[in-house]
Amino acid sequence: MSDPFLSIRQVRKAFGPTVVVQEFNLDVRQGEFVSFLGPSGCGKTTMLRIVAGFEEPSAGTVNIGGRDVTALKPNQRNIGMVFQAYALFPNMTVAGNIGFGLKVAGKPAAEIRSRVAEMLELIKLQEFGSRYPYQLSGGQQQRVALARAMAARPQVLLLDEPLSALDAKVRVSLREEIRAIQKELGITTIFVTHDQEEALSMSDRIVVMYNGRAEQVGTPFEIYNRPATRFVAGFVGTLNVIEGRVTDPAAGTVSIAGGAVSVGNRLAGRKAGEAVSLALRPEAIALGRREGRDGLVTGTIREVSFLGSVIRVRVAVGEALLSLDTFNSPASPPPVAGETADISFSSSDMLILDR
Amino acid sequence: MNDVTAAAAAALPAYRPKLSFAWVGVVPFVAFAFLFLILPTLQIVTGAFRNPAGEFTLANVANLFQPSILSAYWISIRISVASAFLGCVVGFLLAWAIVLGGLPSWVRSPILTFSGVASNFAGVPLAFAFLSTFGRLGLVTLVLRDWFGINIYAYGFNILSFGGLTLTYLFFQIPLMVLIVTPALDGMRREWREAASILGASGFQYWRMVALPILWPTLLGTFALLFANAFGAVATAYALTGSSLSIVPILLFAQIRGDVLQDPHLGYALAFGMIVVTGIANFIYIWLRTRSERWIK
Amino acid sequence: MKQNRFWSWIFLAIGVLYFLLPLIGTFEFSLKMRRGVYSLDAYEAVIFDPRFQATFGYSVMMALATIVVGVLLVVPTAYWVRLRLPSWRPVLEFVTLLPLVIPPIVIVFGYIRLYNTSSWLPLTGTAMGTNILLMFGYVVLSLPYMYRAIDTGLRAIDVGTLTEAAQSLGAGWITIMWRVILPNVFVAVLSGAFLTFAIVIGEFVLAALLNRPAFGPYLQLIGANRAYEPAALAVIAFAITWGCMALIQVVSRFAPRPPAQPH
Repeated sequence: MSDPFLSIRQVRKAFGPTVVVQEFNLDVRQGEFVSFLGPSGCGKTTMLRIVAGFEEPSAGTVNIGGRDVTALKPNQRNIGMVFQAYALFPNMTVAGNIGFGLKVAGKPAAEIRSRVAEMLELIKLQEFGSRYPYQLSGGQQQRVALARAMAARPQVLLLDEPLSALDAKVRVSLREEIRAIQKELGITTIFVTHDQEEALSMSDRIVVMYNGRAEQVGTPFEIYNRPATRFVAGFVGTLNVIEGRVTDPAAGTVSIAGGAVSVGNRLAGRKAGEAVSLALRPEAIALGRREGRDGLVTGTIREVSFLGSVIRVRVAVGEALLSLDTFNSPASPPPVAGETADISFSSSDMLILDR
Repeated sequence: MNDVTAAAAAALPAYRPKLSFAWVGVVPFVAFAFLFLILPTLQIVTGAFRNPAGEFTLANVANLFQPSILSAYWISIRISVASAFLGCVVGFLLAWAIVLGGLPSWVRSPILTFSGVASNFAGVPLAFAFLSTFGRLGLVTLVLRDWFGINIYAYGFNILSFGGLTLTYLFFQIPLMVLIVTPALDGMRREWREAASILGASGFQYWRMVALPILWPTLLGTFALLFANAFGAVATAYALTGSSLSIVPILLFAQIRGDVLQDPHLGYALAFGMIVVTGIANFIYIWLRTRSERWIK
Repeated sequence: MKQNRFWSWIFLAIGVLYFLLPLIGTFEFSLKMRRGVYSLDAYEAVIFDPRFQATFGYSVMMALATIVVGVLLVVPTAYWVRLRLPSWRPVLEFVTLLPLVIPPIVIVFGYIRLYNTSSWLPLTGTAMGTNILLMFGYVVLSLPYMYRAIDTGLRAIDVGTLTEAAQSLGAGWITIMWRVILPNVFVAVLSGAFLTFAIVIGEFVLAALLNRPAFGPYLQLIGANRAYEPAALAVIAFAITWGCMALIQVVSRFAPRPPAQPH
């Protein structure tokens, strides 16, 4: 990447014998929105806190705007941060909270007042300036926290699972708001979450993390459709996994319980007889034969759930239980459990998972 | 109304509000509280405003303003302020050390347990303890004299004095402060410190602009509580300084024992004055505590 | 935050020093009765003093009586208010906080004026009457702690449901109190009891002004007349207080936790 704005190089963090972040590398462009996505304990929050300056890395550097900030204290880095628990100062009004960073920097009162008014307009809480945090709802408090973080025009914005403590509806509307504000201000942002829907819908790029390691870095489309590791494939979206054995590495054929499939030349380096895991997204599978789809296996329908416009079907193919959705058709009755069924898919949609 | 509902309505008894006798269950407690807590207190309060003939008078309260009694109140106030203030400061620093000070976690529990014990160890044994330690033949006095060559008594220190009593009072004031402030410090969320820091504040600015403003109701309230605590204490003072230090409780004690003031109703006024002082102090404590609880949810 | 930790240790050290010195000093002093040698003579003199045994025994009896009366008074009342009169709770809490606001010396002054020989309830006229008065005074003093302990204990058990279950099985009020409620708040009651014990044993003002032969006035008398025995007594008193607190901690481990709330 030419001239990344935020650059994390070879960062490693260990608490005693436990390594929490391993060899983390990332370059972020100016104005980019990057998510750290992963389950609890994967190290994403620790990595965020290293960028913020609350944790010292055991090795590696963090560069912002060309400057090495690794040795700087948090209050010297000019970074904005939004916390999961809002962390608004209870003794100050909304206006006081938003203006805190400017007040600490010694800005004149008039400038603080106008900037606070600007931020209140941005988060659409113009009438709330003199309220106290305990008088606000969770969503409102988080918007104030966002305004507070951005009032002093930081170079980078960090958000640590800011939506996890909110109701589902507020979560959805607030994440759209956050993304809109971020785009408008063009501020480089890192967003930590365990919710893949949030990460997929908001980010320019996602870093999927597991056990302290960055499993994959890519756009939401890449992460979802071309997962690099088994963990990424399983963590992001639903995945149907089929175990099989390589019959012919050159021809790319794999034998599975319900038949055989060909995955083209993607079996390079594997030996005949080797076990291999194949995976399919539910939307890639269809019930019955379809034209243009070269993959076909047969299985037995185990479960049918009629959900109205969608019918969820689970089909046993060998030992695997594949989950697929099919639309309701008023003309034909839904499939019945116990029937045999054909499953068709395109072999190019099939993912090959590493061990 | 058709036949079915009419029949149903006829079958139900007419609704009568039930007389609740539930309050009978609290009669023993109410009687006890009334006889042994409220009535005696009222007796004192009304007695303060009555003369020997039984008529209403403000003379007793007015008599409180004679020099000897005013000076007793003044000494009491000074001792209570001194021990409350020092108790607050030292107790706060100690509580800060064990909660936010980065000490190993095994330190906190013994300190809190000990504080629980020490806050109840007031009275006569406490006076003995300090006499044995800081008296003329006390351990600390002797150690300072024989090992360090410092004779504190030559410098004017005396355990049987205002300063000595204050020092002794701290033994239960500091733990009380620790016990009350520790939960308040627990409530100081780490994110506030971090949020302030990332917004550019130094440690000092954080304390000045965020932490102390959040804590001051608790600190001031506890100061009031410690003040009231010291103001009403009798046994420690009696055992340590006896009648030599005329604080109000000692004066009242002597008055009850032997009518030293030659005016029983003045005793009532003295006691009434004590209730007023401790009552106001406790009211301040409770008011400030409810205020701080509203902020920190 | 390394600089922080340095100051924390300093404050901790100062605190520990301030609190340990008097305890060490008292103990050391109590061993100095025999000239030139450390001995337990002071303790011997104290324990074999018949007045010690008499007054200590008196205070122990008082403490036990206070605990019994206190429990009999507070547990049914707290239970009843929780069950049937929830609007009375603030009143109850206020009353139980009054003994902390009104200095004990004022309360006992009130007793003397109210229940002396010329009043409608001449308790101070007889020794037994005065004992009873003193005991009620102790119940008042321990009320805040008793009530808080028992209220905490009641909060941890679902009082309403337990009562209904017992009633549906045919239990009357006494049975409910004795067999259902009391065993379940037993731990809380014990906590309150140990605290009451510690308070009563060392109490001075009430006993002195009501002229009863309790441990507190005895302590003060010894202090006025002897040199080494008071230190031994202080050590004994501290050990008792510490013992009570330690027992409270031990007993609290067995407290029932509040039931999980269904969502």
